[in-house]
Amino acid sequence: MPARIVLQQADITRALTRISHEILESVREGDRLVILGIPTRGTVLADRIAATIRSVSDHPVDLGTLDVTMYRDDLDRNPTRAPSPTQMPSGGIDGAVVVLVDDVLYSGRTIRAALDALQAIGRPRSVRLAALVDRGHRELPIRPDFVGKNLPSSRTERINVHLAEIDGDEFVSIDGGTE
Amino acid sequence: MRHLLSTRDLGRDEAIAILDVAEDMADAADREVRKLPALRGKTVVNLFFEDSTRTRISFEAAAKRLSADVINFSAKGSSVSKGESLKDTAQTLAAIGADAVVIRHGASGAPLVLAENGWADSNGISAAIINAGDGTHEHPTQALLDAFTMRRRLHGRGSRGRALDGVSVTIVGDILHSRVARSNVWLLSTLGAEVTLVAPATLLPVGVRDWPADVTYDLDEALDAIPDVVMMLRIQSERMHAAYFPNAREYSRQWGLGDDRLSRLATDSIVMHPGPMNRGLEISSGAADSPRSTVLEQVANGVSVRMAVLYLALSGQRDVAESSITHGPSVTNAGSNR
Repeated sequence: MPARIVLQQADITRALTRISHEILESVREGDRLVILGIPTRGTVLADRIAATIRSVSDHPVDLGTLDVTMYRDDLDRNPTRAPSPTQMPSGGIDGAVVVLVDDVLYSGRTIRAALDALQAIGRPRSVRLAALVDRGHRELPIRPDFVGKNLPSSRTERINVHLAEIDGDEFVSIDGGTE
Repeated sequence: MRHLLSTRDLGRDEAIAILDVAEDMADAADREVRKLPALRGKTVVNLFFEDSTRTRISFEAAAKRLSADVINFSAKGSSVSKGESLKDTAQTLAAIGADAVVIRHGASGAPLVLAENGWADSNGISAAIINAGDGTHEHPTQALLDAFTMRRRLHGRGSRGRALDGVSVTIVGDILHSRVARSNVWLLSTLGAEVTLVAPATLLPVGVRDWPADVTYDLDEALDAIPDVVMMLRIQSERMHAAYFPNAREYSRQWGLGDDRLSRLATDSIVMHPGPMNRGLEISSGAADSPRSTVLEQVANGVSVRMAVLYLALSGQRDVAESSITHGPSVTNAGSNR
């Protein structure tokens, strides 16, 4: 079964703009806001969300990257993964409102790893989660705070996220699904 | 990567990948909690048949920062002194359940023998063998940490993904007995550096002309070329069983890095030494303690590099032989199988 496009570029942009506004609404005056992208595509999404927030508001935003490779629980079940760099804002994350950004939320295991990784870096006041796509099938008690699109899917389907900065083209598609 | 036995069979991309992972490991050392959980539940055995402080401690620190359990074994005070063979020792470790064996041995090729015969394997899973120095053969993690140190000094923050193309490295001293020199020659030439070896004729091995390096007997001539890196090797008194040079003062005058030779180096060139140093013999205190010296950086970087090696050797499905390194989530598969 061929890939079916579920989000076009304009849809992705609109979803990210909405997420940015929702994040802004959720923070209070004086909160330190830190947006952390999870590599690879979460980093790109985090960049865009931070840029949108900066363009519509003067609430200060710090941006960073959080690599979770070393904290995964499936290192033994996959080929060796090379970690990506982790970059924290110069002020750290202590006492800040941290928003984790990932492209697809699925089992929740990546986010569990991210929460462990955060613990090694500092103690944020609160942690929120933003995902471009929530495809369901959670295996852990984790839920997103900001979602671009809910995409009910079967476990056999694949969700492909393409972003201009990494892939050259931009869309979200779904394929497979025949048992 | 299943084993790390030699730098000779490391490809350029593979070597750069190890150094890049080491950068990530070095970053983790700056965090509030330095420990990473990646090797939780794995057992690393340090099997040391020869004396060592920094290499053993460095491997131990690396394994512990990755949350692995560490068992230290030194030949002194063990059943080896009762005549136990390498095979029996390795099989004993396998019975205990070692996921990785870090081995230092006086015989060249001992790690290869362990890796090829699978004596340390348990329950069908092959133990990763890491060479921590074998005889006069190789000391691959030392060469990797030297390359890592050079890359950080030369390229700073922009080190990731880069090699050492065009960097001139002069290695001075006992090339004949030095496993550090051998590992460095292979690795540095793979990474594109230009290596010059300087030693008295008596301390050069047979066949050195076939190595990917220039060879000279004259240190002053080599320094006239203003090398980017000068690496001094230790005079290994425990291996000096013949009259390789007249006496220590003569050696120091001809092949030692003293204060006058130090002053001839470019201001941004670096002085390396794998340690332990014989101050006043191959290196003067002025050179060892100068800002050009990277001796302590090498020790600190050693932990990051060994963490990278242990991580790459021990993570991933290990029954799948020679699994390749993938970078994060694969490109076509974003998010779908996580």
